[in-house]
Amino acid sequence: MFQHDRLNNELTFWQKVKELDYILLTSVLLLSILSLFVMYSTDGGEILFHTKSHFSKIIIFFPLMIFIAFFNIKWWHNLSYLFYFAVILLLIYVSFFGIKSSGSRRWMDLYLFNLQPSELMKIAIILCLAKYYHRIKIENVNSITSIMTVATIIIIPIIMVLSQPDLGTSILIAASGLIVLWLGGVKIKYFIYSFIVFLISLPFVISFLKPYQKLRILTFLDPDRDPLGAGYQIIQSKIAIGSGGLDGKGFLKGTQSYLDFLPEKHTDFIFTLFSEEFGFIGSVALLILYSIIIIRILRIGAISRSNFSRLFCFGFAFAIFIYIVVNLSMVLGLLPIVGSPLPILSYGGSSMLATMIGFGIVLSAKINHKQMIA
Amino acid sequence: MIKGNSGIRKTDVINRRMFVIGAAKIIIFTGIIARLFSLQVNENKKYLTLSDKNRIREWKLPPIRGDIVDYFGNVIAGNLKVYQLHIIPEQVENFNYLLTRLKTLLNLSDKKIEKIVKLKNKLKPWESIIVSENLSWSDFLKINNYLYDLVGIKPVMTISRNYPFSEVYTHILGYVSQPNEEEILANETVQERFVPGMKIGKLGLEKTLENHLIGTNAIQRYEVNAYGKRINQLEHQKGKQGLRVRLTVDTEVQKACGKLLNDRAGSISVMDIYTGDIIAMYSSPSYDPNKFLFGISNDDWALIRNNPLKPLVNKTLSGLYSPGSTIKPIVALSALENKIVSPSFKVKCTGKMELYGQTFHCWKEKGHGFVSLKNAMKQSCDTYFYEVARLLGVDRLNVTAEKFGLGKKVLGDYFDFEKSGLFPNTKWKINNLGKGWVLGETLITGIGQGYTQTTPLQLCLMTAQIANGGYSIKPRIIVDNNPMSLEETKRKLKEETLHAQEKKLFNDPRNIKIVQEAMFSSTNELYGTSYKSRIDDPKYQFAGKTGTAQVKRISMRERELDLKIEQIPYKDRDHALYIAYGPYINPRYALSIIVEHGGSGSRTAAPIAKELFKLIIDRNDLRNKQKNFEEIKI
Repeated sequence: MFQHDRLNNELTFWQKVKELDYILLTSVLLLSILSLFVMYSTDGGEILFHTKSHFSKIIIFFPLMIFIAFFNIKWWHNLSYLFYFAVILLLIYVSFFGIKSSGSRRWMDLYLFNLQPSELMKIAIILCLAKYYHRIKIENVNSITSIMTVATIIIIPIIMVLSQPDLGTSILIAASGLIVLWLGGVKIKYFIYSFIVFLISLPFVISFLKPYQKLRILTFLDPDRDPLGAGYQIIQSKIAIGSGGLDGKGFLKGTQSYLDFLPEKHTDFIFTLFSEEFGFIGSVALLILYSIIIIRILRIGAISRSNFSRLFCFGFAFAIFIYIVVNLSMVLGLLPIVGSPLPILSYGGSSMLATMIGFGIVLSAKINHKQMIA
Repeated sequence: MIKGNSGIRKTDVINRRMFVIGAAKIIIFTGIIARLFSLQVNENKKYLTLSDKNRIREWKLPPIRGDIVDYFGNVIAGNLKVYQLHIIPEQVENFNYLLTRLKTLLNLSDKKIEKIVKLKNKLKPWESIIVSENLSWSDFLKINNYLYDLVGIKPVMTISRNYPFSEVYTHILGYVSQPNEEEILANETVQERFVPGMKIGKLGLEKTLENHLIGTNAIQRYEVNAYGKRINQLEHQKGKQGLRVRLTVDTEVQKACGKLLNDRAGSISVMDIYTGDIIAMYSSPSYDPNKFLFGISNDDWALIRNNPLKPLVNKTLSGLYSPGSTIKPIVALSALENKIVSPSFKVKCTGKMELYGQTFHCWKEKGHGFVSLKNAMKQSCDTYFYEVARLLGVDRLNVTAEKFGLGKKVLGDYFDFEKSGLFPNTKWKINNLGKGWVLGETLITGIGQGYTQTTPLQLCLMTAQIANGGYSIKPRIIVDNNPMSLEETKRKLKEETLHAQEKKLFNDPRNIKIVQEAMFSSTNELYGTSYKSRIDDPKYQFAGKTGTAQVKRISMRERELDLKIEQIPYKDRDHALYIAYGPYINPRYALSIIVEHGGSGSRTAAPIAKELFKLIIDRNDLRNKQKNFEEIKI
C-alpha cells in the first residue's frame, strides 16, 4: 500500500517534466508545424483565415495537451465515465440546438470555434471502454451482461451521430469502440456474429442512408459514372495525387489545389494537397511521422502497468491508425468518400481538440506508467 | 491475488491481441503506400496529363483573313484595326452608373442598354461584354478621356475586314459577316476555326475562297481555375494570316465602270481576249459592303432591299437578258460556217417580213433595201437576219452559240449565284415546253429575242472569242501562278485548238475575219449603228455591235405611235446593249455593256464603250509591265 501511495503521489513537477515522452511530443509538434505550412498552401500562399485559425488552435490545444499530461492518469481513469456521459449530453444538445450546416446538425457554437461533440466521442468511447475493461474481471468479459453493456455503450453514440447525419464519424466511433472490445478480450465469435448481423441488416441500413450517402457509395464503386457530379471529388483527388509524382510539384505549386479543383482541400482532402506538392517521397515521410507517433503510443501502452493505460494507449493508437487509413483510402479512391479528417493536419478545431486530449492522456500514462490503478 | 492474477492474465490478452492488430496495421500501411506508389510513380504521366488538361485551357482568337488585291496589288479587301469597347462586369463598381455614363457618352439606345444588362446577367462576371464592336475614333478618344471615371471598361483594339473601295467591288467580293449556325456547319474549315465574333464570307469571292482567305487561329493558352476563370497566360501561339489573293481586275477600270453606269441598273464586263482575265465586272447599282460587317441597320437594309433597281443582284453573272442584236455576229458566223450564206449574199429589206401570216418587223420601218452581210451587221438590219436564221435553222445556230459560251456558266464554281442562261434549240423546246419548234421562233432567235437568255459576262466572253480569232478561252478572275507573255498565250491557244477539237470554234478563219470586219463597219463606218461612238485614233479604235432588247412585245399601236423613250414607262423601255472589242488592229480587250431599260443600244450603251476603251487601252501598257510580283497559289 505504501509503495502504491508513493508511486501515486510523489512525482514532483520536474520529475513529470522529465518523464514526458519527448519523441512523441516532438513528433506531434513537427506535425503541427507541418500542418501550418500545408494550411498556408491551401490559402494560396498567403496567411489568410484558415492559416490563422489553425495556428490559433494549435496555440491553444498543444499546451492543453501538456496540461492534460500533468494530471495523474488516475484522474482520467476516474473521469472516464463522466466524460463519456458529458459527451452524450453534448450530442443530445447538438441534435436539438446544434448549428445546421450543409444538411447536417453536428456543431455547437463555442464562440472561439464550433465544437463537434461527435469528434470528442471518438476519444470518450475509448476512455469509457478502457475503464470498463480495466475494472471488469476477465472471467466476465464474455458474459451476456458485459456484452450487452458494451454494445449499448457503443451503439448509443453511433445512432446519435448517424442521425446528425455523419456516417464518417460514426464509423470511426464504432471502429474505436470495437477495437477496445477486441483488446479487452471479447471472443472472436461475437465479432463474427455481429458482423453477420451487420451484413443481414445492411440492406436496412442502406435504406436508412441519406441519398447523398448512397450516391457516395455508388460513386466510389465507379467514379467516372458522373465525373462532374459526385465522382468529381475522387477524380480530382486522384489527379492531384497522381500528378504529384515522385517528388511533388513543390511547395505552393500544387495546381490542382491552387486552382480550386480540389474539393474540401482544408479538411478531408488535405492529404491530397500535401501529396500533390510533396509527392510520393513526402507522402511516405508523412506516413513515417504518423507511424512514429503510433509506435510511440503503443510503446507507452506496453510499458504501462495499469490495464487502463494499456487499453487506452492501444485503443487510441489504433484509432489514430484508423483515422489515417480511412482518410487516405478515401482520397486515394480506395474507400467511398466519408467525412473523416486526417489527425492534426486537417483543418478543424474539434478533431484537433479530441486528438490533443488523446495525446495528453497518453503522455499522462507515460508519466505515470508505473502507476497501478485500483 | 485473484485480482492481480486476473490483471496479469488480462494484460496478456491485451498484449496478444495487440500483436494481431499490429500485424494488420503493417499490412494496411503497406497497402496504402503501394497505392500511393502506383498513383504517383507508375501512373504519374497519366495524371500529370489530366492535371494539365484540367488547368490549361486554350482560347482561339479569330484568324486574320488574307487580303484580296487587284491586279496591281492594291488592297481591295483588307483588314483594319477597329476599336471595341468591353465591359468586364467583375471590375465594375456601379453598373447602373457606368451604363448611364456610357449612354450619354456614346448615345446608346435604350434597347442597347437593355441588351447589355441581359448579357451581364447571362455571362460569368469575368467574361467581357462587348458594348461596341466598332467604335469611331472620336468615341474611342472620348472613352479614353473619361477612363478614370469608367471603372470596368476596357477599350480593345481588334482587326476587322475592310473594303477600301466601298461599293466598287461588292458584286465580285461579296462581304463578310457573322455566320449563323448552318453556315458554320456547312464548312469544315470554318467549323474548326470558328470563334465567337469571327466573320466569314457570306457572298461572292469572300465566300468561295473562304478556305484560302480564312487564316489560322492564334491560340492563347491560359491557366484557369476550377471555375474557368483565367489566372495567367502561359503561351501565345501566333496564327497565320489567310492567303493573299490577287485578282485580275483593274480598280481604275472597275471604278470607271461604276461612274459610267452612274447608278443606272446595268452591268459592264471587260475581258482580256487572250488570257480570259476579267479586267472589270461591274453590276449597278451597287452598295457598300462595309455596312454589313457589324450587322447592317434595319434602315440601311430596307433601303438596299427595296431599291427597285435591285442592287443585291449581281447583274453581270445572274442577270438574264435577251441579247438583242448583239447576237447577230454569232448568227452571221454560224451561217458562214455552215455555208448557208456567202459575204455577197443579199436580202431585200422592206422593213418587215411576212411568214405564215405573221409579220416580223425590222427596226427601220422604211427598210434597208438590198443588204449584204456586212451592211446588215453595220445597220443591224433585222430582216436580213430573219432570212439568214430561217435558212440556217435554230439547231445549227445553237451549236455555234454554245461553242461561243452561251447557255453555260462562264466562271463556273467561283460564284454560286451565276446563271447559265439559255440558247434554245428544237430539242430543248420539246423537252422543256412540250411543244414543237415554230419557224417564227427561229426568226426572232436570229435577232436575239425569244427564248434566248444571256448574262452580260457571256456576251463579253462571246465577243472576246470572236475578237481573238475564234479561240476558246477560259475566263478567270484570279491571277494565274505562271503568267505567260502575250505571244506564249497566243501560241498556247493555237496549240490547244490543234489538239482539242472542241476548243475549235470555227472551221474557216476567213469567216471570223468577215464577222470582225462587219463589226468594225458597224462602229467605224457611216450609217453604222454605233458610228457616233467611234474613236478614229487607231490606238483606241474598236469594233462593236449594238443591241436593243425588247422587254415586251411591241403592239401595233405602239409601233405607230413611235414613242420617244421618255414617254415610255421605265419598266417597258428596251434594254440597251453593246458588245465591242479593241483596239481593232491587234485587239486585246472585249467588253459588254448593258443598261437596263436604257432605250437603244446605240444611244445609251455604245457611248459608254467609247469612254471605257480609252481608259482600258491606256492602262494596257501598265498592265503588261506588271509582272508577277508574288507567288499566289490557289
